[in-house]
Amino acid sequence: MTDATLATRKPFLSEGQRNGLIAGGVLALFIAALVVATQTGTITRNDWIYKIFVDPFVSMVDMPDLLVQTVWEGFVAGVLYSLIALGFVLIFKASGVFNFAQGIMVVFAALSLVGFYEFLTLTMGLPPGFVAAIVAMAGALGIMFVLAVAVERIVLRPLVNQPDIIMLMATVGLTYFLIGFGEYIFGGSPKVMITSQLGLPTGSTMLDFAGGRINIQHLDVAAAVIAAVMIGVLGFFFQYTRIGRALRAVADSHKAALSVGISLNQIWVIVWFTAGIVALLTGIMWGARSDVSFALEIIALKALPVLIVGGFTSIPGAIVGGLIIGVGEKLGEFYWGPLLGGGIESWLAYIIALMFLMFRPQGLFGEKIIERI
Amino acid sequence: MRAPSPTDIAAGEVILAVENVSLGFGGVKALTDVSFDIRKGEVRAIIGPNGAGKTSMLNCINGFYHPTEGRITFKGKTRPKMRPHEAAAGGIARTFQNVALFKGMSTLDNIMAGRTLKMKRGFFWHVLRYGPAMDEEIAHRRSVEEIIDFLEIQHIRKVPVGKLPYGLQKRVELGRALAMEPDVLLLDEPMAGMNLEEKEDMCRFILDVSNQYGTTIALIEHDMGVVMDLSDRVVVLEYGRKIADGTPDEVKRDQRVIDAYLGVGH
Repeated sequence: MTDATLATRKPFLSEGQRNGLIAGGVLALFIAALVVATQTGTITRNDWIYKIFVDPFVSMVDMPDLLVQTVWEGFVAGVLYSLIALGFVLIFKASGVFNFAQGIMVVFAALSLVGFYEFLTLTMGLPPGFVAAIVAMAGALGIMFVLAVAVERIVLRPLVNQPDIIMLMATVGLTYFLIGFGEYIFGGSPKVMITSQLGLPTGSTMLDFAGGRINIQHLDVAAAVIAAVMIGVLGFFFQYTRIGRALRAVADSHKAALSVGISLNQIWVIVWFTAGIVALLTGIMWGARSDVSFALEIIALKALPVLIVGGFTSIPGAIVGGLIIGVGEKLGEFYWGPLLGGGIESWLAYIIALMFLMFRPQGLFGEKIIERI
Repeated sequence: MRAPSPTDIAAGEVILAVENVSLGFGGVKALTDVSFDIRKGEVRAIIGPNGAGKTSMLNCINGFYHPTEGRITFKGKTRPKMRPHEAAAGGIARTFQNVALFKGMSTLDNIMAGRTLKMKRGFFWHVLRYGPAMDEEIAHRRSVEEIIDFLEIQHIRKVPVGKLPYGLQKRVELGRALAMEPDVLLLDEPMAGMNLEEKEDMCRFILDVSNQYGTTIALIEHDMGVVMDLSDRVVVLEYGRKIADGTPDEVKRDQRVIDAYLGVGH
């Protein structure tokens, strides 16, 4: 046999473990030096080094309730980032297309839902409430399905085998088409999400914690639970079902997938429809926190750092990346923001992503690209 | 040694017929008026110098390319524009010159992917992993395990194929094609880039597939020794045209083939 394993001595620590150990050691030394310097008075409260490296952590420990509140808000924002990134990952995995239109799909799905609901209650005379909301939901899902079929027919099929950049430009085109089409049908004014009609909780609870109070929105809890369930279902679907296997196969090699009888067209419709479902849920959650308007479309840009942190091809990566970015952003804004005059939330995510690009370009869970030579 | 003798082949039923096929890409003609047939149960080799149009021919047969002229009849049916997944559903499986595997998936999952078309149970049963879908999954898993045993790749069952050496990847790819239980198996240079030992293993597997499963095989190969040993009949292409067709012995003696391979003195 040619595949005899060569008996090589295993190194004591793998490369990753060794690097981790070194980084940890350096960090521990740095912290020890800071503590000593602060205690001995070498660094005073007015030194920049104190403000950056010591003060934020002191206030975290002094006021744990604020810390928990901030982390929770970051977590909730992170869940929503994860959902958007998930839509990107699904399509990128299966078709290698970076779908610039995912952001507008979120808006379009949410607008369809609200539009349907208004149509049902105002024109068709259905009593407003849960039933109408569910019918509207079904209608919005139908629209996302039609959109998936249309994209496959009109955009993907004629452009099959074209370079990635052309596919990207096609999705940019799709974005602008959906903006125009959406404004034509639903009008440009912001709409209010039908949150309570869908049975989503709207109140909030104050929790006593470590001498302070933490405010938790019920909607945020619901969002986290729904996102977790959906991610679980998707993960299971990808890993254990026939179609899931076919999806992974298409993601790996188009021509091999074709040769075993997988229809690319069918898979693309399934993937875009799945991304549409994810977009609808994301739209509901975002819409419930603000209004449903085309301004939401820019959240797609927030998905980019999430994808860089998590890796473009990994569903767990999208989730963990979203949470890292969400929590990192909120902590950064709250504890370090004042040093720079605030407002760092809008760009901090990109800096975090840049750090990842330097040290781990494939992201946390992405496939390391190994070329056999 | 081989199940059907040459006379059986000659009298055998034609499973796939290529008639006057031409294929052009813009101004480049990859194939010009090529006709040949593949009979049930035979091992049919397609040979020729580099750029002769061999892979283009396979791509036409399994629907990656559509011939610009001529037609391909498979199992008595002529389809004007057969798409790859339709070819697969009809019973044509193939491997690729540069292996095309699902690199992130395990050997087992790769070969299971070959069973995609055989799985009939609906999507919801699969999500539930319950009842008939589970029975189906188990039945398919069993036949995949048979293929794994047959190809002697038990030890790499769970390994992501991207990590395997080239020779084993080729074997997994063959396994995936076999999992489709094809009527016609197209092998594009199954022995390219292998060392002698690996080539011998691969030859053995191809002959075993032919003998045990009775699968019709069409293969492209550069190693003349392999072609002469394995195949029942040989088609020779040069510059997109057919220049010879016959048993290995006939082809070997054909002057045009000798010229094509050794060059003609001018």
